Amino acid sequence: MADLSIEFAGIKAPNPFWLASAPPTDKAYNVVRAFQAGWGGVVWKTLGEDPAAVNVSSRYSAHYGANREVMGINNIELITDRSLEINLREITQVKKDWPDRALIVSLMVPCVEESWKAILPLVEATGADGIELNFGCPHGMPERGMGAAVGQVPEYVEQVTRWCKTYCSLPVIVKLTPNITDIRQSARAAQRGGADAVSLINTINSITSVDLERMIALPIVGQASTHGGYCGSAVKPIALNMVAEIARDPATQGLPISGIGGIGSWRDAAEFMALGCGAVQVCTAAMLHGFRIVEDMKDGLSRWMDSQGYQRIEDFAGRAVGHTTDWKYLDINYQVIAKIDQAACIGCGRCHIACEDTSHQAIANQKLADGSHRYEVVDAECVGCNLCQITCPVEDCIEMVAQDTGKPFLDWLHDPRNPYREAV
Amino acid sequence: MINSLSHLPHPSADNPTLASHFTDLAPPLTARQAMVESARCLYCYDAPCVNACPSEIDIPSFIRNIHQDNVQGAAVKILSANILGGSCARVCPTEVLCQQACVRNNQQECAPVLIGLLQRYALDHAEFNGHPFQRAPSTGKRVAVVGAGPAGLSCAHRLAWHGHDVVIFEAQAKAGGLNEYGIAKYKLVDDFAQHELDFLLEIGGIEIRHGQKLGDNLSLGELQQQFDAVFLGLGLAASRQLGLPDEQAPGLLAATDYIRELRQADDLSALPLADHCIVLGAGNTAIDMAVQMARLGAHDVNLVYRRGVEDMGATAHEQHIAKENQVRLLTWAQPEQVLLDEQGQVRGMRFARTHLVEGRLQTTGETFELAADAIFKAIGQGFDGSALSDAQATQLARDGERIRVDEQLRTSLPGVYAGGDCTHAGQDLTVQAVQHGKLAAEAIHADLMLTVEAA
Ligand SMILES: Cc1cc2nc3c(=O)[nH]c(=O)nc-3n(C[C@H](O)[C@H](O)[C@H](O)COP(=O)(O)OP(=O)(O)OC[C@H]3O[C@@H](n4cnc5c(N)ncnc54)[C@H](O)[C@@H]3O)c2cc1C
Ligand SMILES: Cc1cc2nc3c(=O)[nH]c(=O)nc-3n(C[C@H](O)[C@H](O)[C@H](O)COP(=O)(O)O)c2cc1C
Ligand code: SF4
Ligand code: SF4
Ligand code: SF4
Repeated sequence: MADLSIEFAGIKAPNPFWLASAPPTDKAYNVVRAFQAGWGGVVWKTLGEDPAAVNVSSRYSAHYGANREVMGINNIELITDRSLEINLREITQVKKDWPDRALIVSLMVPCVEESWKAILPLVEATGADGIELNFGCPHGMPERGMGAAVGQVPEYVEQVTRWCKTYCSLPVIVKLTPNITDIRQSARAAQRGGADAVSLINTINSITSVDLERMIALPIVGQASTHGGYCGSAVKPIALNMVAEIARDPATQGLPISGIGGIGSWRDAAEFMALGCGAVQVCTAAMLHGFRIVEDMKDGLSRWMDSQGYQRIEDFAGRAVGHTTDWKYLDINYQVIAKIDQAACIGCGRCHIACEDTSHQAIANQKLADGSHRYEVVDAECVGCNLCQITCPVEDCIEMVAQDTGKPFLDWLHDPRNPYREAV
Repeated sequence: MINSLSHLPHPSADNPTLASHFTDLAPPLTARQAMVESARCLYCYDAPCVNACPSEIDIPSFIRNIHQDNVQGAAVKILSANILGGSCARVCPTEVLCQQACVRNNQQECAPVLIGLLQRYALDHAEFNGHPFQRAPSTGKRVAVVGAGPAGLSCAHRLAWHGHDVVIFEAQAKAGGLNEYGIAKYKLVDDFAQHELDFLLEIGGIEIRHGQKLGDNLSLGELQQQFDAVFLGLGLAASRQLGLPDEQAPGLLAATDYIRELRQADDLSALPLADHCIVLGAGNTAIDMAVQMARLGAHDVNLVYRRGVEDMGATAHEQHIAKENQVRLLTWAQPEQVLLDEQGQVRGMRFARTHLVEGRLQTTGETFELAADAIFKAIGQGFDGSALSDAQATQLARDGERIRVDEQLRTSLPGVYAGGDCTHAGQDLTVQAVQHGKLAAEAIHADLMLTVEAA
């Protein structure tokens, strides 16, 4: 069996599956259950200065798919609503009882040196393995000058990181907010401040839905609502892109990345790792299904690694980074054409109407004598956009077949059709 | 008619218990089930299910409406194609219609979308403020519809919608045709046919005159004189005969006659029960008869058919229902003689075994007897030609016994249209009759408006 153990930014863990700082890691009771279930580590629910934050009711809302499966959750919770003292006591005890698991403490205090200087030694005294700086909470906290507001200003990120490295000997992981335009600026700032790693993403500003009877967005608190933070499987594509942006940024080359955002399966985790993550964190998937999901994540990942001949996570982590590039470097002469497996086709017509109405009129609809249809790609019209394959309900029914065009590699920088092309 | 069975005992169970055996065969979907099921629909383009629906209901769209929490929109969509969508949702053999064609019925898929039950869900849960369709301004035209079955009602509704005034002439005391008198009780429960009728009539402009029988106290000639157009939706009023001696003996009758009585009975425990019975036939009517008798408490119900299972008209689904109700199926046996007791009442039947010889059905020479308190004939319905006996009506061209129509449901006489079971233009199904009525109404409307323009 593959070895799932990791050493991430100097922190050892039996597996790369950590619970993200959130309700699942709110207190000793949950964390112990998580460790019993087999999670490799946790990032404790964000601590702050006393008095503790106060939460409202209700707190979550969701965006659903067709079968009421949850695509994403939106929350308006703040950081821990328990006192610092209780949290520190519990952290100390849990770490003592579970020495082999990674236990990271998430922190958010005001953006002044004194505050950090005061809290860091207390955290270090718990025996925790590292700290994570929460610059990403998009709701409630920014209004107090904490969280996302800090995370959105690279100078602050750098400054706070530096204070942490100054007043604390533990590894520092900087958690990045996605509510910015260029994630690389935040990562570079963290690195300049001396960060041992970055983790991302935190939640994305969101409103999931509106109660059309009451004319109030969700979740409803009394007669009003507010925007919250979005997470869960719907944010995975956004998180993956941000991870890749950092992983392939020469400025932050080699900076360890803990991937977060919509991870719910071993495959999700492997994808984050392929794009450069050394570990991953999970929140929503655990909130929806409980801690037991980690069993399949571990089992599935190690079986897949075995099948690929990977012994350790480092063996494949970052392997897809080199294949992620800018549009201008793509091969403009590459060509795929859709091909329908007639034996697998169930005749729903979705590919036809999608291509006919919104793409390239490249799927012919032939009505057969028995009233059924035959759908066939018109090769000459197909531009290889993948739309039909995407809308087809039958997996693997439409294959995008690479064509031998006989043309050499050509990127846009050198394409004669590019008025700004580089001279050869 | 049921005099023919007056010598038989009654069911031993009381009425409430018996009634509980005749509740919905396929229970309606709950809101959650409708959500799950509607999500399974792939919203196909040029959808095979629509092509398979004789009334051309836009199935993907109405299922999408349901899933988008727009049940009202779903219901209007269904009703605009099929005003009897509620009964069709309950009685259609979906297993050979829309659900048969559903792409999710493909071998690689799991099971067809439950289109019928979703259709029922939409219509059960839509709440309308008044009738959903507004009549067009009056055209001043009057149309006579003969027969208030699915074909006639559908035609009348569509005509009224277009602004014509309609008078329906119906022989029976209640309207609805076989929806009221023929469909198995567990398919249309809670007086559904009459509720649906009330809803349909809400559109206005439709008058029903009962006790009016074409060929008896009504003639086509008169109707043609008094109305601008005539639609005939006469159904199949005659039951086929076996052609055996003693066919009139007490204990032997048409299945449809018994079913009519069952459908109208307020007290099921007062019906005659044939504890041992024989049902002759292989179509859905035969199955309905056998299953209903079994549910009344009969112990020994035998369905006898002269050919093999694969030749049966009843769908596999219907056959399955029969088996679930302990109906015994005997194939390759042909009625040979009605067996009577000393009182001249049915005591059983002798059958000749059959087989195919060079593709032709022949008796083997072997016979066997089956004891029975009653024998029900379900060997097919026939057109009752006596309806077409006046001078005008006799001129109608026929296809065999039935009325000949073209694609627009026009008969050979100008201004006279026909649809449903009394024609040969499709399968003998409720939904087909509804479609005929609708198409005939469109043809009548087009033809009448043409004359208006010409005038
Ligand atoms: C026992 C049985 C079970 C069935 N089960 C199903 C089923 O489960 N699903 C399904 O889709 N189909 C079923 N069918 C078939 C379906 O009922 C018919 O196809 C459908 O009712 C045809 O409609 P229609 O309007 O043409 O005729 P009908 O429903 O027969 O209506 C004809 C109307 O005309 C009236 N009428 C007849 N003659 C005259 C006259 N001379 N003057 C005035 N009025 C007259 C009749 O009283 C009746 O009201 C079943 C049929 C039978 C017999
Ligand atoms: C209810 C809730 C509360 C959260 N609280 C915190 C928090 O206190 N500190 C923090 O850094 N992130 C917090 N998060 C963000 C998660 O740690 C994580 O970054 C985010 O949910 C994305 O991961 P996911 O898609 O696996 O849920 C919270 C998320 C949720 C749903
Ligand atoms: S790949 Fe795009 S263009 Fe080609 S057939 Fe599919 S939808 Fe049409
Ligand atoms: S979308 Fe897929 S299953 Fe549907 S018709 Fe096209 S190829 Fe066939
Ligand atoms: S064929 Fe089936 S899946 Fe397709 S639209 Fe009809 S009901 Fe939906």
